[in-house]
Amino acid sequence: MEATVDTTAPKGAWSGGSNRPFKASYGKMMMWFFIVSDALTFSGFLAAYGFSRYKFMDSWPIADEVFTHFPFLHGVDAPMYYVALMTFILIFSSVTMVLAVDAGHKMQQNKVIIYMFLTVIGGAIFLGSQAWEWNTFIKGDYGAVETKGGRILQFLDKDGKRVGLNDFAVDLPEARVSQEGSNGIWYESEAVTRTSVSFEEVKEGFLANENLLIRTQYLDENGHPTVLSREESITKLINEGNLVVEGANLRHNEYGSPLFADFFFFITGFHGFHVLSGVVINCIIFFNVVIGTYERRGSYEMVEKVGLYWHFVDLVWVFVFTFFYLV
Amino acid sequence: MAHAEHNLAIFRGNLKFKSNIQKIWGVFTLLSIITIVEVILGIIKPTSLMAPFMSAFEGGFFATLGNIIFSPIIYLKPLNFIFIVLTIVKAYYITWDFMHMRDEAKGMRRAVVWTGIFLISYLTMILLFEGDYIYEVYKANYIKFDF
Repeated sequence: MEATVDTTAPKGAWSGGSNRPFKASYGKMMMWFFIVSDALTFSGFLAAYGFSRYKFMDSWPIADEVFTHFPFLHGVDAPMYYVALMTFILIFSSVTMVLAVDAGHKMQQNKVIIYMFLTVIGGAIFLGSQAWEWNTFIKGDYGAVETKGGRILQFLDKDGKRVGLNDFAVDLPEARVSQEGSNGIWYESEAVTRTSVSFEEVKEGFLANENLLIRTQYLDENGHPTVLSREESITKLINEGNLVVEGANLRHNEYGSPLFADFFFFITGFHGFHVLSGVVINCIIFFNVVIGTYERRGSYEMVEKVGLYWHFVDLVWVFVFTFFYLV
Repeated sequence: MAHAEHNLAIFRGNLKFKSNIQKIWGVFTLLSIITIVEVILGIIKPTSLMAPFMSAFEGGFFATLGNIIFSPIIYLKPLNFIFIVLTIVKAYYITWDFMHMRDEAKGMRRAVVWTGIFLISYLTMILLFEGDYIYEVYKANYIKFDF
């Protein structure tokens, strides 16, 4: 330790000493090593995503077909645009952050205030976008049927366009018996949430409508989901259909493999949590800048350290964007 | 002051900026262009880039060796290969210019970057091999997974 740390320095983490390891301050170096460990956590998530995707290579959902919505544009097929916009928002807030760091080096308090403020706003917009993205994903799109084996069947018309369950399901009189302990079937509790149509209604509607086909989640040689013929579709639905899925949660996912939804929630959720904590830390630093803490301290290094964290969040998003949405 | 002097040259010194602020906007432009290219490619998905350029070599030791050396163009779709390269380029400029890695001491740079790259590549390699192995087991299965 004596070789690197200036032991003659006053008490405290190598403050004031001239012999600084890597010529970096204690705080900045620890921020860097925290970022390394955090990068490993994220890469663990993304590598696990890759593992699951390789494991189900022939039936993994295509991200383009899952994330097709854009706010205020209903019914418009806009694959990827919204995520691209989110990427730009985050990169831009990274730019304002690095401008704040630069202004800090020059001890320009007012500029730091403006740029930190813009950074916080950018982070907040990103968080809002992510909330919207989650909401859209959870609510779902067309709805699908899950087979007994847990695979997803989606419905198409003759032109190959997706059809929503509500568009063809027939209305059947409801024969729903609530299960109560008094009936002696206390051990079979009822499902907590109910879908807007039942499986029987979907089945009857499908049999009645000659134009409908089923698409499985298995991909053909060209990487498109396999579309079954009308006869195959009927056999498949009657023999294997089990329940209706609308939207996605941790157990069911109308877009395909439930693992896709799990990884979506965990990876973007973990990243969103980092953005949230980044915004909170940025706010704290922002107020410190406003009340002149760093002006009195004579150094804006705290802005630089929190800037490192903020850029790291942007860096992770670049990878999430590629491996979740593009590849 | 952490580092009063900024290294203002990017592209191995071929592009020099006059001030740090100018460099920031320059890097932002570069990142934007890369992102736009990625999004356009991701939406168009050119068919010429959707199938790997080469098929795997069959045979003995040298075929295996060849498959390892040429793995990016044998096992990856060119489109995905392009995406990964562009992502690493973006990550480089974010780290080097936004996080000022360019201005840090060489030892610091290596301690952070090499540690990360080594561990991440290792983990990724292990998990992707394992995932592919399980895929093969499922494909040639004795147990029915889809019923």
